[in-house]
Amino acid sequence: MSLATYRFEVPGDDFTRAGEASGSLKRSLKKIGFDPDIIRRVSIAMYEAEINMVIHANGGVIDVEVSPQKIDIWFRDKGPGIPDIDLAMQEGYSTAPDNVRSLGFGAGMGLPNIKKYTDEMKIDTEIGVGTTVYISVYAK
Amino acid sequence: MTVSQLCESIGGKIIAAADASDNLIKGGYTCDFLSFVIGKAKSEDAWITVIGNVNTIAVASLADVGCIILAEDSPLDEDAKDKAEMVGIPVISSSKNSFELSVELGKLLGM
Ligand SMILES: Nc1ncnc2c1ncn2[C@@H]1O[C@H](COP(=O)(O)OP(=O)(O)OP(=O)(O)O)[C@@H](O)[C@H]1O
Ligand SMILES: [Mg+2]
Repeated sequence: MSLATYRFEVPGDDFTRAGEASGSLKRSLKKIGFDPDIIRRVSIAMYEAEINMVIHANGGVIDVEVSPQKIDIWFRDKGPGIPDIDLAMQEGYSTAPDNVRSLGFGAGMGLPNIKKYTDEMKIDTEIGVGTTVYISVYAK
Repeated sequence: MTVSQLCESIGGKIIAAADASDNLIKGGYTCDFLSFVIGKAKSEDAWITVIGNVNTIAVASLADVGCIILAEDSPLDEDAKDKAEMVGIPVISSSKNSFELSVELGKLLGM
């Protein structure tokens, strides 16, 4: 049974709006009354994945499904895809361009952070077609 | 120590969200890469950085730090200031560099 579903369109290359979707979901989860630690983990993972769509994939669409047991989120983009997922998951690996490094991005810690704060994480990617990142945080 | 006590001790100036200057500071974290801060800063840390854009504030709010200290007189963007007011994360501005601020904060915390 799902309590609520949400969809967010994430514009590409707009760093001033990046983080709006995760901020908005955070407020919704607070209203529903989830545990603060669960909300913190969802918000962090969602922020990292949202920013990745902006920086690396020219934006995309986020779908969220909230149930009493867990929060599932799909991040779908039509970006360049990820050639080597194991490499991308390594701490410190980043292809972020210089212009976003000066904004504080590009530590190569985003995907490892997502892994750390979620209970499930799965990346489906195809070169030249796009990437879907799925995450799930259990609410117990 | 509160944010306002910290600000006075280091000779800084609160430039956003002064309303929240009674937030408690119990530790510190110094880094300019946002994803490090998300993964490693603790709540009630003072976060020392030279990056003052909206993403700085978003990350400070996610990591739930007690305040941001902008070193080297680094500018705080106008939209970042608004966001800091909105989420209640005080921002201190200082002319000192990140190293000097880290040392001073460590001394104040008895480290
Ligand atoms: N949605 C995506 N589409 C294409 N490539 C991606 C996507 N997400 C991540 N990547 C690739 O994986 C690398 C590692 O991502 P990760 O989020 O860990 O680090 P980063 O975004 O480069 O830096 P940080 O997140 O620390 O600011 C990226 O540099 C990029 O090459
Ligand atoms: Mg990233």
